[in-house]
Amino acid sequence: MEWLYMYMPIAGVNIFWPGLVLIGFSVGTIGGFFGMGGAWMVTPGLNILGFPMAFAIGTDMAHIAGKSMISTMRHAKFGNVDYKLGFIMVIGTFIGIEVGAQLVMYLERLGRIDAVVRYVYVIFLALIAFMVFYDYAKAVKKKKAGVAEGERGTEGITWYKTFHKLNIPPMIHFKTAGFTCSAWLPSGISFLTGVLAGFLGIGGGLFRMPALVYLIGCPTHIAVGTDLFEVMISGLYGAFTFSLKGRIELVAVFVMLTGAAIGAQIGTVATKYAKGYGIRIAFGISVICCMISILLKQFGFSNISAVLILTTIGLMCVYISWIMFKGAAAELREKKAAKQAGNPLL
Amino acid sequence: MRRLLKGGISFFAGIALALPHLAWASGEAATNLVVVADTRRVTGVLKYIANVYNTDPWLFAVWAVVITALWGAILGFSMDFIMERSGLDLKSRKILEH
Repeated sequence: MEWLYMYMPIAGVNIFWPGLVLIGFSVGTIGGFFGMGGAWMVTPGLNILGFPMAFAIGTDMAHIAGKSMISTMRHAKFGNVDYKLGFIMVIGTFIGIEVGAQLVMYLERLGRIDAVVRYVYVIFLALIAFMVFYDYAKAVKKKKAGVAEGERGTEGITWYKTFHKLNIPPMIHFKTAGFTCSAWLPSGISFLTGVLAGFLGIGGGLFRMPALVYLIGCPTHIAVGTDLFEVMISGLYGAFTFSLKGRIELVAVFVMLTGAAIGAQIGTVATKYAKGYGIRIAFGISVICCMISILLKQFGFSNISAVLILTTIGLMCVYISWIMFKGAAAELREKKAAKQAGNPLL
Repeated sequence: MRRLLKGGISFFAGIALALPHLAWASGEAATNLVVVADTRRVTGVLKYIANVYNTDPWLFAVWAVVITALWGAILGFSMDFIMERSGLDLKSRKILEH
Protein backbone atom coordinates (compact mmCIF):
# COMPACT_ATOMS: atom_id res chain seq x y z
CA MET A 1 0.00 0.00 0.00
CA GLU A 2 3.05 2.24 -0.33
CA TRP A 3 1.60 3.93 -3.43
CA LEU A 4 -1.06 5.52 -1.23
CA TYR A 5 1.62 7.57 0.52
CA MET A 6 3.43 10.57 -0.89
CA TYR A 7 6.65 12.07 0.40
CA MET A 8 6.49 15.77 1.25
CA PRO A 9 10.05 17.07 0.83
CA ILE A 10 9.68 20.30 2.81
CA ALA A 11 7.70 19.04 5.81
CA GLY A 12 9.69 15.77 5.65
CA VAL A 13 6.71 13.49 6.21
CA ASN A 14 4.95 10.70 4.29
CA ILE A 15 1.33 11.64 3.77
CA PHE A 16 -1.71 9.54 2.85
CA TRP A 17 -2.56 11.43 -0.38
CA PRO A 18 -6.20 10.25 -0.82
CA GLY A 19 -6.78 11.98 2.54
CA LEU A 20 -5.51 15.22 1.01
CA VAL A 21 -7.86 14.83 -1.99
CA LEU A 22 -10.77 14.18 0.41
CA ILE A 23 -9.98 17.26 2.52
CA GLY A 24 -9.74 19.35 -0.67
CA PHE A 25 -13.05 17.99 -1.94
CA SER A 26 -14.86 18.61 1.37
CA VAL A 27 -13.56 22.13 1.83
CA GLY A 28 -14.25 22.92 -1.83
CA THR A 29 -17.87 21.85 -1.35
CA ILE A 30 -18.44 23.68 1.94
CA GLY A 31 -16.42 26.78 0.98
CA GLY A 32 -18.21 27.14 -2.35
CA PHE A 33 -21.58 26.95 -0.60
CA PHE A 34 -20.86 29.28 2.35
CA GLY A 35 -18.40 31.61 0.67
CA MET A 36 -15.39 31.10 2.86
CA GLY A 37 -11.94 29.59 2.77
CA GLY A 38 -12.51 26.99 5.46
CA ALA A 39 -9.22 27.26 7.38
CA TRP A 40 -10.98 25.97 10.49
CA MET A 41 -11.67 22.69 8.67
CA VAL A 42 -8.43 22.21 6.72
CA THR A 43 -5.90 22.94 9.44
CA PRO A 44 -7.03 20.21 11.89
CA GLY A 45 -7.49 17.81 8.95
CA LEU A 46 -3.91 18.33 7.76
CA ASN A 47 -2.66 18.04 11.30
CA ILE A 48 -4.42 14.68 11.70
CA LEU A 49 -2.87 13.43 8.43
CA GLY A 50 0.57 14.15 9.90
CA PHE A 51 1.57 17.71 9.02
CA PRO A 52 3.18 19.77 11.79
CA MET A 53 0.81 22.60 12.81
CA ALA A 54 2.88 25.44 11.28
CA PHE A 55 2.89 23.64 7.90
CA ALA A 56 -0.81 22.85 8.19
CA ILE A 57 -1.64 26.59 8.48
CA GLY A 58 0.66 27.73 5.62
CA THR A 59 -0.39 24.93 3.27
CA ASP A 60 -4.01 25.67 4.06
CA MET A 61 -3.57 29.35 3.08
CA ALA A 62 -2.22 28.51 -0.40
CA HIS A 63 -4.90 25.86 -0.92
CA ILE A 64 -7.61 28.38 0.04
CA ALA A 65 -6.35 30.83 -2.60
CA GLY A 66 -6.50 28.25 -5.41
CA LYS A 67 -9.81 26.79 -4.26
CA SER A 68 -11.46 30.21 -3.95
CA MET A 69 -10.29 31.02 -7.47
CA ILE A 70 -12.15 27.98 -8.82
CA SER A 71 -15.31 28.82 -6.81
CA THR A 72 -15.18 32.53 -7.73
CA MET A 73 -15.04 31.65 -11.44
CA ARG A 74 -18.26 29.65 -11.08
CA HIS A 75 -20.01 32.25 -8.86
CA ALA A 76 -19.04 35.02 -11.32
CA LYS A 77 -20.91 33.18 -14.09
CA PHE A 78 -24.04 33.14 -11.90
CA GLY A 79 -23.63 36.89 -11.34
CA ASN A 80 -22.95 36.41 -7.63
CA VAL A 81 -19.78 38.52 -7.45
CA ASP A 82 -19.94 42.29 -6.94
CA TYR A 83 -16.42 43.22 -8.05
CA LYS A 84 -16.76 46.90 -7.10
CA LEU A 85 -17.71 45.95 -3.55
CA GLY A 86 -15.00 43.28 -3.50
CA PHE A 87 -12.22 45.67 -4.56
CA ILE A 88 -13.29 48.34 -2.04
CA MET A 89 -13.31 45.72 0.72
CA VAL A 90 -9.96 44.24 -0.29
CA ILE A 91 -8.19 47.49 0.72
CA GLY A 92 -9.78 47.49 4.19
CA THR A 93 -9.14 43.75 4.56
CA PHE A 94 -5.42 44.06 3.79
CA ILE A 95 -4.85 46.96 6.18
CA GLY A 96 -6.90 45.13 8.80
CA ILE A 97 -4.97 41.85 8.38
CA GLU A 98 -1.67 43.73 8.81
CA VAL A 99 -2.95 45.48 11.96
CA GLY A 100 -4.19 42.12 13.31
CA ALA A 101 -0.86 40.44 12.51
CA GLN A 102 1.06 43.26 14.23
CA LEU A 103 -1.17 42.82 17.28
CA VAL A 104 -0.29 39.12 17.31
CA MET A 105 3.45 39.93 17.00
CA TYR A 106 3.14 42.35 19.92
CA LEU A 107 1.35 39.79 22.06
CA GLU A 108 3.84 37.10 21.01
CA ARG A 109 6.68 39.22 22.34
CA LEU A 110 4.87 39.23 25.66
CA GLY A 111 4.45 35.45 25.71
CA ARG A 112 2.44 32.56 24.22
CA ILE A 113 -0.93 33.75 23.08
CA ASP A 114 -2.60 30.54 21.94
CA ALA A 115 -5.18 30.60 24.73
CA VAL A 116 -6.01 34.28 24.15
CA VAL A 117 -6.53 33.71 20.43
CA ARG A 118 -8.79 30.73 21.09
CA TYR A 119 -10.97 32.65 23.55
CA VAL A 120 -11.36 35.63 21.19
CA TYR A 121 -12.21 33.17 18.40
CA VAL A 122 -14.88 31.49 20.55
CA ILE A 123 -16.43 34.81 21.62
CA PHE A 124 -16.81 36.00 18.03
CA LEU A 125 -18.12 32.65 16.81
CA ALA A 126 -20.73 32.75 19.57
CA LEU A 127 -21.75 36.24 18.46
CA ILE A 128 -22.09 35.13 14.83
CA ALA A 129 -24.12 32.05 15.78
CA PHE A 130 -26.39 34.19 17.96
CA MET A 131 -26.85 36.70 15.12
CA VAL A 132 -27.74 33.97 12.58
CA PHE A 133 -30.33 32.24 14.76
CA TYR A 134 -31.76 35.46 16.19
CA ASP A 135 -32.20 36.74 12.63
CA TYR A 136 -33.94 33.54 11.58
CA ALA A 137 -36.27 33.49 14.62
CA LYS A 138 -37.15 37.15 14.06
CA ALA A 139 -37.82 36.57 10.34
CA VAL A 140 -40.06 33.58 11.07
CA LYS A 141 -41.98 35.59 13.71
CA LYS A 142 -42.48 38.49 11.28
CA LYS A 143 -43.56 36.14 8.52
CA LYS A 144 -46.13 34.50 10.80
CA ALA A 145 -47.40 37.96 11.72
CA GLY A 146 -47.79 38.65 8.00
CA VAL A 147 -45.12 41.36 7.80
CA ALA A 148 -43.57 41.39 4.31
CA GLU A 149 -40.72 43.78 3.64
CA GLY A 150 -39.28 44.85 0.30
CA GLU A 151 -38.22 42.72 -2.61
CA ARG A 152 -36.17 40.33 -0.45
CA GLY A 153 -39.24 39.26 1.50
CA THR A 154 -39.38 39.13 5.28
CA GLU A 155 -36.07 39.74 6.98
CA GLY A 156 -35.11 39.39 10.64
CA ILE A 157 -32.10 41.60 11.31
CA THR A 158 -32.04 44.76 9.19
CA TRP A 159 -29.14 46.66 10.77
CA TYR A 160 -27.78 47.37 7.31
CA LYS A 161 -30.72 49.71 6.67
CA THR A 162 -29.48 51.97 9.48
CA PHE A 163 -25.91 51.81 8.17
CA HIS A 164 -27.09 52.68 4.65
CA LYS A 165 -28.42 55.97 6.05
CA LEU A 166 -24.85 57.10 6.81
CA ASN A 167 -24.43 59.89 4.30
CA ILE A 168 -20.65 60.31 4.26
CA PRO A 169 -19.26 60.89 0.74
CA PRO A 170 -18.34 59.20 -1.51
CA MET A 171 -21.69 57.41 -1.87
CA ILE A 172 -21.37 54.41 -4.20
CA HIS A 173 -24.00 52.34 -5.97
CA PHE A 174 -23.25 48.61 -6.08
CA LYS A 175 -25.16 47.38 -9.09
CA THR A 176 -24.84 43.61 -8.59
CA ALA A 177 -25.57 43.74 -4.84
CA GLY A 178 -28.36 46.25 -5.51
CA PHE A 179 -27.82 49.02 -2.95
CA THR A 180 -26.16 52.40 -2.48
CA CYS A 181 -24.10 53.28 0.57
CA SER A 182 -21.13 55.29 1.75
CA ALA A 183 -17.81 53.75 0.60
CA TRP A 184 -16.70 54.05 4.23
CA LEU A 185 -19.19 51.37 5.31
CA PRO A 186 -17.67 48.38 3.41
CA SER A 187 -14.15 49.79 3.95
CA GLY A 188 -14.66 50.10 7.72
CA ILE A 189 -16.32 46.71 8.12
CA SER A 190 -13.71 44.95 5.99
CA PHE A 191 -11.01 46.62 8.11
CA LEU A 192 -12.57 45.27 11.32
CA THR A 193 -13.06 41.75 9.91
CA GLY A 194 -9.49 41.98 8.53
CA VAL A 195 -8.10 42.80 12.00
CA LEU A 196 -9.90 39.73 13.35
CA ALA A 197 -8.63 37.55 10.49
CA GLY A 198 -5.03 38.73 10.95
CA PHE A 199 -5.25 38.28 14.71
CA LEU A 200 -6.71 34.78 14.50
CA GLY A 201 -4.56 33.70 11.53
CA ILE A 202 -7.50 32.78 9.30
CA GLY A 203 -8.77 33.95 5.91
CA GLY A 204 -11.66 35.85 7.49
CA GLY A 205 -14.57 34.49 5.44
CA LEU A 206 -16.16 33.20 8.62
CA PHE A 207 -16.62 36.81 9.78
CA ARG A 208 -16.89 38.60 6.44
CA MET A 209 -19.78 36.54 5.04
CA PRO A 210 -22.20 37.37 7.92
CA ALA A 211 -20.88 40.96 7.98
CA LEU A 212 -21.74 41.30 4.28
CA VAL A 213 -25.26 40.04 4.93
CA TYR A 214 -26.17 41.73 8.23
CA LEU A 215 -24.07 44.92 8.28
CA ILE A 216 -23.58 45.78 4.60
CA GLY A 217 -26.88 44.44 3.30
CA CYS A 218 -25.87 42.01 0.54
CA PRO A 219 -28.34 39.31 -0.52
CA THR A 220 -26.96 35.99 0.78
CA HIS A 221 -25.93 34.67 -2.67
CA ILE A 222 -24.03 37.86 -3.56
CA ALA A 223 -22.37 37.82 -0.11
CA VAL A 224 -21.14 34.26 -0.76
CA GLY A 225 -19.69 35.09 -4.22
CA THR A 226 -18.15 38.44 -3.24
CA ASP A 227 -16.61 36.97 -0.12
CA LEU A 228 -14.98 34.18 -2.12
CA PHE A 229 -13.48 36.79 -4.43
CA GLU A 230 -11.94 38.45 -1.37
CA VAL A 231 -10.79 35.15 0.12
CA MET A 232 -9.01 34.43 -3.17
CA ILE A 233 -7.01 37.67 -3.01
CA SER A 234 -6.23 37.51 0.72
CA GLY A 235 -5.37 33.80 0.31
CA LEU A 236 -2.77 34.60 -2.37
CA TYR A 237 -1.28 37.23 -0.07
CA GLY A 238 -1.30 34.70 2.79
CA ALA A 239 0.37 32.09 0.56
CA PHE A 240 3.13 34.59 -0.22
CA THR A 241 3.83 35.52 3.41
CA PHE A 242 3.73 31.92 4.65
CA SER A 243 6.01 30.81 1.79
CA LEU A 244 8.44 33.51 2.77
CA LYS A 245 8.41 32.11 6.31
CA GLY A 246 9.02 28.64 4.84
CA ARG A 247 5.88 27.08 6.30
CA ILE A 248 4.18 25.72 3.20
CA GLU A 249 4.14 22.35 1.44
CA LEU A 250 3.45 23.04 -2.24
CA VAL A 251 3.04 19.37 -3.23
CA ALA A 252 0.16 18.99 -0.76
CA VAL A 253 -1.46 22.18 -2.12
CA PHE A 254 -1.65 20.75 -5.65
CA VAL A 255 -3.05 17.41 -4.51
CA MET A 256 -5.70 19.13 -2.38
CA LEU A 257 -6.65 21.52 -5.17
CA THR A 258 -7.47 18.59 -7.45
CA GLY A 259 -10.13 17.44 -4.97
CA ALA A 260 -11.24 21.01 -4.31
CA ALA A 261 -11.89 21.60 -8.03
CA ILE A 262 -14.67 19.00 -7.99
CA GLY A 263 -16.03 19.99 -4.56
CA ALA A 264 -16.13 23.68 -5.49
CA GLN A 265 -18.43 22.92 -8.44
CA ILE A 266 -20.86 21.02 -6.20
CA GLY A 267 -20.86 23.70 -3.48
CA THR A 268 -21.21 26.60 -5.88
CA VAL A 269 -23.93 25.07 -8.07
CA ALA A 270 -25.82 24.06 -4.89
CA THR A 271 -26.27 27.78 -4.04
CA LYS A 272 -28.43 28.02 -7.16
CA TYR A 273 -30.96 25.60 -5.66
CA ALA A 274 -30.70 26.78 -2.02
CA LYS A 275 -32.65 29.58 -0.40
CA GLY A 276 -30.76 32.40 1.34
CA TYR A 277 -32.02 31.49 4.81
CA GLY A 278 -31.15 27.82 4.20
CA ILE A 279 -27.54 28.84 3.56
CA ARG A 280 -27.54 31.08 6.65
CA ILE A 281 -28.87 28.36 8.98
CA ALA A 282 -26.42 25.72 7.74
CA PHE A 283 -23.68 28.32 8.18
CA GLY A 284 -24.84 28.99 11.77
CA ILE A 285 -24.74 25.26 12.61
CA SER A 286 -21.19 24.99 11.21
CA VAL A 287 -20.12 28.00 13.27
CA ILE A 288 -21.49 26.40 16.47
CA CYS A 289 -19.64 23.12 15.76
CA CYS A 290 -16.45 25.08 15.06
CA MET A 291 -16.87 26.96 18.35
CA ILE A 292 -17.45 23.77 20.38
CA SER A 293 -14.42 22.11 18.78
CA ILE A 294 -12.18 25.04 19.76
CA LEU A 295 -13.47 24.91 23.33
CA LEU A 296 -12.85 21.14 23.47
CA LYS A 297 -9.29 21.69 22.23
CA GLN A 298 -8.73 24.41 24.80
CA PHE A 299 -9.70 22.02 27.60
CA GLY A 300 -7.46 19.21 26.34
CA PHE A 301 -9.97 17.10 24.40
CA SER A 302 -8.11 17.31 21.08
CA ASN A 303 -9.32 13.95 19.78
CA ILE A 304 -13.00 14.68 20.43
CA SER A 305 -12.49 18.11 18.87
CA ALA A 306 -11.05 16.54 15.70
CA VAL A 307 -13.90 14.01 15.56
CA LEU A 308 -16.46 16.82 15.87
CA ILE A 309 -14.85 18.86 13.08
CA LEU A 310 -14.61 15.85 10.77
CA THR A 311 -18.22 14.81 11.49
CA THR A 312 -19.43 18.36 10.78
CA ILE A 313 -17.48 18.44 7.52
CA GLY A 314 -18.87 15.04 6.48
CA LEU A 315 -22.50 15.88 7.28
CA MET A 316 -22.31 19.32 5.63
CA CYS A 317 -20.83 17.76 2.49
CA VAL A 318 -23.66 15.23 2.32
CA TYR A 319 -26.28 17.98 2.87
CA ILE A 320 -24.79 20.31 0.20
CA SER A 321 -24.31 17.48 -2.31
CA TRP A 322 -27.93 16.44 -1.71
CA ILE A 323 -29.16 19.99 -2.44
CA MET A 324 -27.05 20.15 -5.61
CA PHE A 325 -27.96 16.75 -7.07
CA LYS A 326 -31.64 17.07 -6.15
CA GLY A 327 -31.84 20.55 -7.73
CA ALA A 328 -29.86 19.53 -10.82
CA ALA A 329 -32.02 16.43 -11.37
CA ALA A 330 -35.20 18.53 -11.09
CA GLU A 331 -33.83 21.10 -13.55
CA LEU A 332 -32.85 18.44 -16.08
CA ARG A 333 -36.28 16.79 -15.73
CA GLU A 334 -37.98 20.15 -16.36
CA LYS A 335 -35.83 20.79 -19.41
CA LYS A 336 -36.57 17.34 -20.79
CA ALA A 337 -40.31 17.78 -20.24
CA ALA A 338 -40.21 21.23 -21.87
CA LYS A 339 -38.34 19.82 -24.85
CA GLN A 340 -40.89 17.03 -25.25
CA ALA A 341 -43.68 19.61 -25.03
CA GLY A 342 -41.98 21.54 -27.87
CA ASN A 343 -40.60 24.42 -25.80
CA PRO A 344 -36.82 23.86 -25.73
CA LEU A 345 -36.12 27.42 -24.55
CA LEU A 346 -37.36 26.64 -21.04
CA MET B 1 -28.88 51.28 17.71
CA ARG B 2 -26.97 53.73 19.94
CA ARG B 3 -27.13 51.22 22.81
CA LEU B 4 -25.85 48.50 20.51
CA LEU B 5 -22.98 50.72 19.35
CA LYS B 6 -22.04 51.59 22.96
CA GLY B 7 -22.15 47.91 23.90
CA GLY B 8 -19.93 47.01 20.92
CA ILE B 9 -17.34 49.68 21.77
CA SER B 10 -17.23 48.55 25.43
CA PHE B 11 -16.84 44.92 24.31
CA PHE B 12 -13.89 45.68 21.98
CA ALA B 13 -12.26 47.95 24.57
CA GLY B 14 -12.58 45.15 27.16
CA ILE B 15 -10.90 42.64 24.86
CA ALA B 16 -8.10 45.10 23.98
CA LEU B 17 -7.41 45.72 27.68
CA ALA B 18 -7.61 42.06 28.70
CA LEU B 19 -5.37 40.59 25.96
CA PRO B 20 -1.90 41.70 27.20
CA HIS B 21 -2.67 40.52 30.74
CA LEU B 22 -3.86 37.14 29.52
CA ALA B 23 -0.78 36.83 27.31
CA TRP B 24 1.56 37.72 30.18
CA ALA B 25 -0.04 35.03 32.28
CA SER B 26 0.29 32.30 29.65
CA GLY B 27 4.07 31.66 29.57
CA GLU B 28 7.27 32.33 27.61
CA ALA B 29 7.74 32.89 23.89
CA ALA B 30 8.74 29.96 21.63
CA THR B 31 12.03 30.05 19.69
CA ASN B 32 12.11 30.16 15.86
CA LEU B 33 12.62 26.88 13.98
CA VAL B 34 14.69 26.55 10.79
CA VAL B 35 13.35 23.95 8.35
CA VAL B 36 15.49 22.48 5.54
CA ALA B 37 13.83 20.58 2.68
CA ASP B 38 15.18 17.06 2.06
CA THR B 39 16.38 17.04 -1.57
CA ARG B 40 17.77 13.49 -1.45
CA ARG B 41 14.47 11.67 -1.86
CA VAL B 42 12.92 13.73 -4.68
CA THR B 43 13.68 14.24 -8.37
CA GLY B 44 12.76 16.57 -11.25
CA VAL B 45 10.42 19.50 -10.53
CA LEU B 46 10.06 18.51 -6.86
CA LYS B 47 13.84 18.58 -6.45
CA TYR B 48 13.92 22.05 -8.05
CA ILE B 49 11.20 23.33 -5.69
CA ALA B 50 12.97 21.84 -2.67
CA ASN B 51 16.26 23.44 -3.75
CA VAL B 52 14.66 26.85 -4.25
CA TYR B 53 13.04 26.50 -0.82
CA ASN B 54 16.47 25.94 0.74
CA THR B 55 18.35 28.63 -1.14
CA ASP B 56 16.05 31.54 -2.05
CA PRO B 57 12.93 32.18 0.12
CA TRP B 58 11.78 35.13 -2.02
CA LEU B 59 11.88 33.14 -5.27
CA PHE B 60 10.12 30.27 -3.50
CA ALA B 61 7.36 32.63 -2.29
CA VAL B 62 6.88 34.04 -5.82
CA TRP B 63 6.78 30.51 -7.29
CA ALA B 64 4.28 29.42 -4.62
CA VAL B 65 1.86 32.23 -5.54
CA VAL B 66 2.29 31.91 -9.32
CA ILE B 67 1.97 28.11 -9.41
CA THR B 68 -1.01 28.10 -7.02
CA ALA B 69 -2.86 30.73 -9.09
CA LEU B 70 -1.97 28.96 -12.35
CA TRP B 71 -3.06 25.52 -11.09
CA GLY B 72 -6.27 27.03 -9.70
CA ALA B 73 -7.03 28.69 -13.05
CA ILE B 74 -6.27 25.50 -15.04
CA LEU B 75 -8.54 23.42 -12.79
CA GLY B 76 -11.24 26.12 -12.85
CA PHE B 77 -11.34 26.29 -16.65
CA SER B 78 -11.21 22.48 -16.99
CA MET B 79 -14.12 22.03 -14.57
CA ASP B 80 -16.01 24.78 -16.37
CA PHE B 81 -15.56 22.91 -19.65
CA ILE B 82 -16.88 19.69 -18.08
CA MET B 83 -19.78 21.32 -16.20
CA GLU B 84 -21.05 23.12 -19.30
CA ARG B 85 -21.66 19.73 -20.85
CA SER B 86 -23.93 18.68 -17.97
CA GLY B 87 -26.95 20.41 -19.51
CA LEU B 88 -27.52 22.64 -16.47
CA ASP B 89 -28.08 26.37 -16.78
CA LEU B 90 -24.95 27.75 -15.11
CA LYS B 91 -25.38 31.38 -16.06
CA SER B 92 -28.52 32.45 -14.22
CA ARG B 93 -30.18 31.89 -10.87
CA LYS B 94 -33.03 33.33 -8.82
CA ILE B 95 -32.20 34.96 -5.49
CA LEU B 96 -34.66 33.61 -2.95
CA GLU B 97 -34.10 34.38 0.72
CA HIS B 98 -37.07 32.30 1.98
